Amino acid sequence: MKKVKLLEIAHSRSGDKGDSSNIGLIAKSPEAYEIIKNAVTSEGVKEHFGGIVKGRVDRYELPNLLALNFILHDSLGGGGSQSLKNDAQGKTHGQGLLLMSVEVPDDFELPNDENRPEI
Amino acid sequence: MRSEPIRIANGQGFWGDSVDAPARLVRGGPIDYLTLDYLAEVTMSIMQRQKSKNSKTGYASDFVEVMREIFPELIEKGIKVVTNAGGVNLDSCFDALRKTAKELGLSGVKIGIVSGDDILERLDELLGNGAELNNMDSGKPLSEIRKDIVSANVYLGAASMAEALDQGADIVIAGRVTDTGLALAPMMHDFGWKVTDYDLLAAGTVAGHILECGAQSTGGNYTRWWDVPDYANIGYPIVEAYEDGSFVLTKHEGTGGLINKQSVSEQLLYEMGEPSNYITPDCVVDFGSIELEEDGADRIRISGVKGSAATDTYKVSINHFVGYKASGSLTISGPFAVAKAKKCAEIIWKRLENAGCKFEETSTEFLGLNSSHGDINPMPEQVNEIVLRLGVRDNDKAAVERFGKELAPLITNGPPGITGFAGGRPRPKNIYAYWPALIDKELVKPEVRVETI
Repeated sequence: MKKVKLLEIAHSRSGDKGDSSNIGLIAKSPEAYEIIKNAVTSEGVKEHFGGIVKGRVDRYELPNLLALNFILHDSLGGGGSQSLKNDAQGKTHGQGLLLMSVEVPDDFELPNDENRPEI
Repeated sequence: MRSEPIRIANGQGFWGDSVDAPARLVRGGPIDYLTLDYLAEVTMSIMQRQKSKNSKTGYASDFVEVMREIFPELIEKGIKVVTNAGGVNLDSCFDALRKTAKELGLSGVKIGIVSGDDILERLDELLGNGAELNNMDSGKPLSEIRKDIVSANVYLGAASMAEALDQGADIVIAGRVTDTGLALAPMMHDFGWKVTDYDLLAAGTVAGHILECGAQSTGGNYTRWWDVPDYANIGYPIVEAYEDGSFVLTKHEGTGGLINKQSVSEQLLYEMGEPSNYITPDCVVDFGSIELEEDGADRIRISGVKGSAATDTYKVSINHFVGYKASGSLTISGPFAVAKAKKCAEIIWKRLENAGCKFEETSTEFLGLNSSHGDINPMPEQVNEIVLRLGVRDNDKAAVERFGKELAPLITNGPPGITGFAGGRPRPKNIYAYWPALIDKELVKPEVRVETI
């Protein structure tokens, strides 16, 4: 097995729902969906975000979109106009999740990403 | 079944979106409907506050500016507009639009106005009639915040807007309606969908969800941004909707951006709660039923959407005043930037403590280091510069104001290499908290009227 960041095999988008953020995590292929479905758990997401998520994390599966949806409760410092955070709407949480590492088989072929910048 | 689709484009995802997008959609190729979405939850409280100071305001004034530019072309091309620009002052929005039409020499235009969402003045009556309006998240009773309420609006569905179109409206102006309803209404009107056609209503709702954030389905906010061509000329989304509930998401030829399964899926999951239970006033949608299919370049076909009967309640968006906040920032450069930023924060908080200021909440963020993602990534050992962002929240306006006076002095009486304070002192801003509630549909009566100007 080798470790890759979710960025290599998935897309994401996040937004706010009150004081919770949500992150949609979309696999780039059916094979990648099997990997994220097994590897990216509610507990794992909560641990990954550390102190940012003060509440629980809910998780929903959408096999039709090769996607998972996460709700990060109590993660926006009050949310809406109450929050003092620079990112009061969790717009950046999706990018944060793509930094999580998961294990894939050694022969797992990563999607072609020729236009991607070096750093 | 009609074989020709209707083309619904969304040129505005929120109040503050691209000012060019509506005109580019009108001029870039054929469309039948243009939707313009201006309202976020907090927007309603801002508009009520504007209206309380000036009774002619409280609607999305951008809308009138947009219409000034495109109104004649809309009439000429037969493009209809559906918008929530009315905010909390439909009458003034209508007056401004009428005035604009007159100045442009237009006449005979039918304007549909959908009202009944604004229940601020009706709260006591509704509470007397059995409405509770408890906070649907916390369960707390409305009495706790009753005196601090600044806005209260019901999220109306698509049916009333469809009715305005049925009555011949060329332009439909609503207040607080669901964002998704703006796109669903034209489908109900053109295809004659009934309020019990749940799968069809669900399909139109999904189309509305994909459209509602403007370019967020056409390459905006897209994970693989390096693959997105010509962001500067990004195309805004267009749905080609068919009578059977299937639809294609596309954009005008020659525009930038991209549409693929991932761009659509990213937007489908934007601000999503429980995907199998997406509740609107029109229906309940199961996002687990959606099927995506490639249909040529920058075209995705969406079908298979399943829905079920709507609930017997409307959601109510209430905003209430909860105090003041302010935030400001300093840029700290050069050697030991992070250590200096931490020292600056320490100094400012100490000075405020010495001045006797106490706050319900404070925040200290280091932009450029970890403000977005905490300690997900290891900290860099050294950065060239960093932005220190501080914030406070409290009921005591004087304390919040005092906070704003403590940032600039650091430039001359703190550590060296501090800049970036050209914007003036941060001023206290009113904070309006969001209070979501439910109300029996029977207690709310949406109203539709169509006037010819």
